[in-house]
Amino acid sequence: MNYWVEKKEKQIHANVFIIKDRCKECGFCIEFCPQGVLKVSEEFNSKGYHPPKLVETETKKCIGCGFCSMICPDFAIFVEKEEENEKN
Amino acid sequence: MKKIRFWSGDIAAAEGAIAAGCRFFAGYPITPASDIAEHMALRLPQENGIFIQMEDELASMAAILGASWGGAKVMTATSGPGFSLMQENIGLGAITETPCVVADVQRAGPSTGMPTLVGQGDVMQSRWGSHGDYETIVISPSSPQESFDLIIRAFNLAELYRVPVIFLMDECVAHMSERVVVPPKEKIEVVERLKPSMPPEQYMPFKPLNNIAPMAIAGMGYKIHVTGLTHNEKGYPQTTSTEVQEWMIRHICDKIRKNERKIRDIEEYEMDDAEIAVVSFGIAGRSAKAAVKIARKHGIKAGLIRLKTIWPFPEEYFENAADNIKKFIVAEINYGQVKLEVERSIHGKASVELLPKFGGAVHTPMEIYNKIKEAKNGN
Amino acid sequence: MEIEAEANPMDKYLRADRIPHIWCPGCGLGIVLNAFLHAIDELKIDMDELAIVSGIGCTGRIAGYINCDSYHTTHGRAIPFATGLRLANPEMKVVVISGDGDLFAIGGNHFIHAARRNIDITVIGVNNYNYGMTGGQLGPTTPLGARTTTSPYGNVEHPFNLCHVAHASGAVYVARWTVLHAVRLKNSIKEAMNKNGFSFIEVIAACPTTYGRRNKMPTGLDEMKYYREHSIIRHGIDPSQANIEIGKDIIVGKFIDIEKPTYSDAFEELKKRVKK
Repeated sequence: MNYWVEKKEKQIHANVFIIKDRCKECGFCIEFCPQGVLKVSEEFNSKGYHPPKLVETETKKCIGCGFCSMICPDFAIFVEKEEENEKN
Repeated sequence: MKKIRFWSGDIAAAEGAIAAGCRFFAGYPITPASDIAEHMALRLPQENGIFIQMEDELASMAAILGASWGGAKVMTATSGPGFSLMQENIGLGAITETPCVVADVQRAGPSTGMPTLVGQGDVMQSRWGSHGDYETIVISPSSPQESFDLIIRAFNLAELYRVPVIFLMDECVAHMSERVVVPPKEKIEVVERLKPSMPPEQYMPFKPLNNIAPMAIAGMGYKIHVTGLTHNEKGYPQTTSTEVQEWMIRHICDKIRKNERKIRDIEEYEMDDAEIAVVSFGIAGRSAKAAVKIARKHGIKAGLIRLKTIWPFPEEYFENAADNIKKFIVAEINYGQVKLEVERSIHGKASVELLPKFGGAVHTPMEIYNKIKEAKNGN
Repeated sequence: MEIEAEANPMDKYLRADRIPHIWCPGCGLGIVLNAFLHAIDELKIDMDELAIVSGIGCTGRIAGYINCDSYHTTHGRAIPFATGLRLANPEMKVVVISGDGDLFAIGGNHFIHAARRNIDITVIGVNNYNYGMTGGQLGPTTPLGARTTTSPYGNVEHPFNLCHVAHASGAVYVARWTVLHAVRLKNSIKEAMNKNGFSFIEVIAACPTTYGRRNKMPTGLDEMKYYREHSIIRHGIDPSQANIEIGKDIIVGKFIDIEKPTYSDAFEELKKRVKK
C-alpha cells in the first residue's frame, strides 16, 4: 500500500540470451530492436552464420521488450528483465 | 431378444454400423448410397452420435479420419464417383493406420456411368485405388442381412488391424428390401480399439505390439505426431530413409497379408465334390447360387465360391481349391476383375472363364447355368 | 548483459528432437510458430487438450514441431480433418495452421464450408504469396503482376483477398497481420482461440527463397522492411476494402469479431430435441 509514496521511475534493464547455433542470420532482431542494441557479430556459428551480439556501448540499453524474441524465426534469442532501483 | 426387420441393404448397413459402435458419419449425397447418409442423419443424433454432411467426398473421408483420431468409430458411404475422390484420404488412412469404414455402393461406371443401376466394377479400385503400396480389407455383402452382419465385422476388422475397411456393396443389395434378423445387443460381438496404457515416454505410436500399435487418440496426453509422410515408429517423418520406407510398407501390408486366413470369409456351396466352380460375390453371388442349384438338378457337379471378403484375396484358398476343380467360372458385373485374381492364384492348375455383365443388370441364373453346362460339355 | 544460452523458454512447447526446423533463413514461418507458442503460453493452454492440424507445404510442417497431438494431413484437407476431430472430441482445442495454397486453392472449398457451418476451430492461414515448398509457383494469393516460376512473365490472375473470403463465408473472427506485427499477431491468436466458432487469422509472411527473390525482395529482411513501410492498421474495416496489391499498402488489423452459434452448439441442441 504505497501508492501515495512518490516513486522514482524504474530503471528497467534486461539481459539478452542468445542461442548462437540456432541463428540463421536473418537480421530481424538487429533491424527491429527498438533500442538498437544488437549488431552482427564477427564469429561464425556451427551453421556458418554470424549470430547477433550486443553493441558494446549499449549493454545497458535493452529494456526487455522482448520484440527480438517475438520476431526470431529460429527461437535463437530471448530476454529476461532485471529490475533495478526498485526500492529507491 | 432378436428383432425382425424389413430393411434395404443401405438401411441394414447403417443399422449394422450403429450396432458396431459407429458414432460419427460424414458423407456426401450420391446414388445409390444416399440412403445410408439419410438413415445416419436420422439415427445418429438418437444414439448420441454425430452426423455431418460435408461439401464433397474429399472432405467426408478427411473428416472421418479426423474423427477416428478424435476417438470415434467412424464411417462414410459413397458410390463410384465419390469413391474415386476418397482414394486420396484412404491412402492417408492406410499410412496413418486409421480405423474407419468406407461403404462403396457400386453402380455401373466409369465416371458418372449409370447412377441408378448396378455394377461391380470397383473391385480393383477398392484395393488399388490410392497410390503407393498399401493393403485394405474389402468385404462384399449379398443381402440386407449380410449388410447388417458383415458391416459389424468390417468395423471390428478396422479396429483389429487399424486399417480402412471398404464395405463393397452394390446397387441391388443396397436398394433391395428383405427380412433382416437383428440379434440382441449382447449377442453382437464388438471389438473395441486398442489404446495405449504405458507412460507417454515409453509409447511409440506406430510400433506394433503383436500386429498393430495401440492407438492414442487426441487428448490422451501422449502428444503424438501423425503424418502422411513416411514415418518411423515414433511417427516422425523420415522422408529420405529407404530403410524406414521399407519397414513402414512391410508393416502396413504384412499386417493384412499375413492374416489373410483370419480375415478370409467365403461361402462354399456344393463344393465338396464340385468339378466346376462358379466364383462370385455381392448380388451376382445370388444368381450364381441359383445357377448351381439348377446345375445340380441336372446332375452337373457344380459348386459356388462366394467371396464375402474379396481383399486380401484368398490366393491360398484358390490354389488349394484348384486341385479338385477343372474349371472356374467367374461371374461378376464388370469386364473381368476378380477373374484376374483367380487366374493369378491358381497358377494354371485349372481353366478360368469370365462371365461378365457390363453393368445395369445382374446375371440371370440361366445365363450362369448355361455357362456351367458349356463347361461340363467341354466347351 | 549478453548471456549465451542453450535453450529458449518456448522450447517446452516444441518437439525438441525435431528442431531445428526446415525453414529457410528469413522465412516468416518461424515467427508464426513463435507467436503461436507465445499465445498458448499466455493462455496457459493445457497441451494435452490442444490439437494442431495442418495440410501440406512449408506451413504444413508446423504441426510436427509443436509438442501436442498433431496431425499432418493431405494437401488441402486439414480443415475437414480438423472438423471431424473437433466434432468427435469436443474437449480438444483444434487449430489448423496451413498455407495459402493448401487452404485456399486445393482446400478452398473446405475453408468456405467450415466457415459457413461455424465449426469451432481456429485457422491460421499463412500467406506467402506462392507455393514455397514446390519451388515458388503461382498461388491463389499471388498478387497481380508478381513473378513466380509458373508466371514468369507476371501473374495475370486476380488473387483472393483471404479475409474477404473468410468474412463472406461466415467466419466469426477475421484478422490479418504481417509477421512483423508479431506481438499483435500473438494477441490476435489468443483472441481467436478464445472465440467460440470459426476464427481466421491471415498472416502475411516472407518467403525470400522462392517468392521474394523473384520480386525484388531477395531477403526476408527486405520483405520485413516492406511491411514496416507499407502496412496500415485499420481495425474494423470491411475486409472487401483490404485487397492486397503490389506497391499498395497492406491493410492489417482485426476486421471481424461477431458471435453466432457453432455447429456443435446447434447439433447438441438438436440431439436434446431428438431424445425428448
